[in-house]
Amino acid sequence: MNSPAGFQAAKPVLSIEGLSVSFDGFKAVDNLNLYVDRNEVHVVIGPNGAGKTTLLDLICGKTKATAGSIDFDGRELSKMREYDIVRAGVGRKFQNPSIYENLTVFENLEMSYPKGRKVFGALFFKRSAEVIARVEEVAAEIFLSELLDMQADLLSHGQKQWLEIGMLLMQDPALLMLDEPVAGMSVSERVQTAELLNRISQGRSVLVIEHDMEFVKSIAHRVTVLHQGTVLAEGSMEAVQSNPKVIEVYLGH
Amino acid sequence: MKNAYESLLGGKQGAIGLLVLAVLILVVFPLALDSFRLSMVGKYLTYAFVAVGLVLCWGYGGILSLGQGIFFGLGGYCMAMFLKLEASDPESTKIQSTPGIPDFMDWNQITELPMMWQPFHSFSFTLLAVLAVPTLLALVIGIAMFKRRVGDVYFSIVTQAIAAILTILIIGQQGLTGGVNGITDLRTLNGWDIRDDSSKLILYFVNAALLIGCVLLGRFVLTSKLGRLLMAMRDKEERVRFSGYDVASFKIFVFCLAAAFSAIGGAMFALQVGFMSPSFVGIVPSIEMVIFAAVGGRMSLLGAVYGTLLVSFGKTYFSESFPELWLYLMGGLFIVVVMYFPNGLAGLWESHGRKWLSRFALGNKVFGQSVVKARVMSPVKVATPQPSRELETTP
Repeated sequence: MNSPAGFQAAKPVLSIEGLSVSFDGFKAVDNLNLYVDRNEVHVVIGPNGAGKTTLLDLICGKTKATAGSIDFDGRELSKMREYDIVRAGVGRKFQNPSIYENLTVFENLEMSYPKGRKVFGALFFKRSAEVIARVEEVAAEIFLSELLDMQADLLSHGQKQWLEIGMLLMQDPALLMLDEPVAGMSVSERVQTAELLNRISQGRSVLVIEHDMEFVKSIAHRVTVLHQGTVLAEGSMEAVQSNPKVIEVYLGH
Repeated sequence: MKNAYESLLGGKQGAIGLLVLAVLILVVFPLALDSFRLSMVGKYLTYAFVAVGLVLCWGYGGILSLGQGIFFGLGGYCMAMFLKLEASDPESTKIQSTPGIPDFMDWNQITELPMMWQPFHSFSFTLLAVLAVPTLLALVIGIAMFKRRVGDVYFSIVTQAIAAILTILIIGQQGLTGGVNGITDLRTLNGWDIRDDSSKLILYFVNAALLIGCVLLGRFVLTSKLGRLLMAMRDKEERVRFSGYDVASFKIFVFCLAAAFSAIGGAMFALQVGFMSPSFVGIVPSIEMVIFAAVGGRMSLLGAVYGTLLVSFGKTYFSESFPELWLYLMGGLFIVVVMYFPNGLAGLWESHGRKWLSRFALGNKVFGQSVVKARVMSPVKVATPQPSRELETTP
């Protein structure tokens, strides 16, 4: 039934197997297996200290794994440098909006344009029509078209979150990782962000960490519950929510 | 053409600022000062190279090097070695027990020119060495530190330690370096006497032109994407790293550039002042150079030049009148500037001077023309705008 090509397409874009990391004997992530499919919005939930942010740190190379493998599209990420991981197509948004506050919205987006990433490339980088078009395109996606010339520290908290997502979109990553993208957002901003995620997950995979269950429901194709560094349950939001183990450690509280 | 105007001169404001500085050091000083004072200014301007480099690497790159004297010194020593060899021809050193080698080697019972000195017979090698030796050292330090993510205060301490080590090394290797006295009694450059007034004037202009060249190069770097990346790295290093940049390579670049600028200053120092000694290499001069940049404004290339001139003048004046007080004054000045005027004179100019000037200009419409002149005459107030609108920061 499955042709080889079909099998290829069904292969997960990210396969994490047996991943462990310990800090001074404390196992923050313990023998974890996780798969992210193509075009999937995969949400990771779990109580505080479950190892969610550490998981993203491991994938993007900020933390080095003690054991296990992280296979991204046939490349082993756990041995690569941070910037090589980004160049391979993994974008990561941090928990607190991490933008360049002294630069304008335009410049923030331009910084992430995947040209002129080496010293001399950056020195002779030209703001071509192509760059401007790309920045404007992304700005429209993240609802910031009108604010391109504004200095980024004047944006609202929610707009800063969008800007950081926009900076990742500039790189057109195959895998987008978002750490609490709606933290500190108003209700209407949350709705807009859910729309945004549904839109940008076309043609790429998105791995999200989130606490807001309403928001998770509105975006998740699949949910993984982490507990004490390991996978407690996985499946659709409904299946996970009715899982007694999950209720006990997390949703019940 | 327009691009060059924007990136080198920083638009209209930047061009005016640069013009004011150029007029001041190329026209006003040479006309207004006697040759003694002018050669003093020439000496101060060699320190300004270091301060301009510090604006790039400290102000924008966030890398506080407390060892820029290393590079100033190495540049100076390379130049001094060439000049010393020229001054030590067998004819003028015939009273030595080994004629044809520098006098201090003879005093140290060295009978043959050391290997290290041999290539400095060549002027083109010397010019290359002036730039390459300090830059390569900066490259090695940069790779060792930044690739391992050593930053902030640890980096500052390491640079300070290297400055101390280099001083000890130079003083210890008396036969090779002239020890604590340094390399003195430099006379000619390719047969051209560098000690008389007319050649000093020429060297002054060469020095001033090179300084303006360095400011322009600095502007070019800061207005490029690399300049914005430096600022971005200073504020959110992780974000830059996880946007696909090798953060260390940018830090190494700007540190090397600052080192190369300092080295040019050092070489011009040796040429103009006629000697080079370890007292320009160590911790104290390195920190003084940081104070120059801080007072002038660490975010302003031109401000750094004014800061250097002003603090150096102050040092000369006060250390003549109150020699014991000067160090305390300098320390106090640094603390006051860092605490209350983090953007130095340039920041004050941006927030107050410009407003004052426009009020002055409006009140004296008839004398509108004299505004530019008034700015020329009061260098203290003329700290110039930052390279471009986009790069402005809110204090």
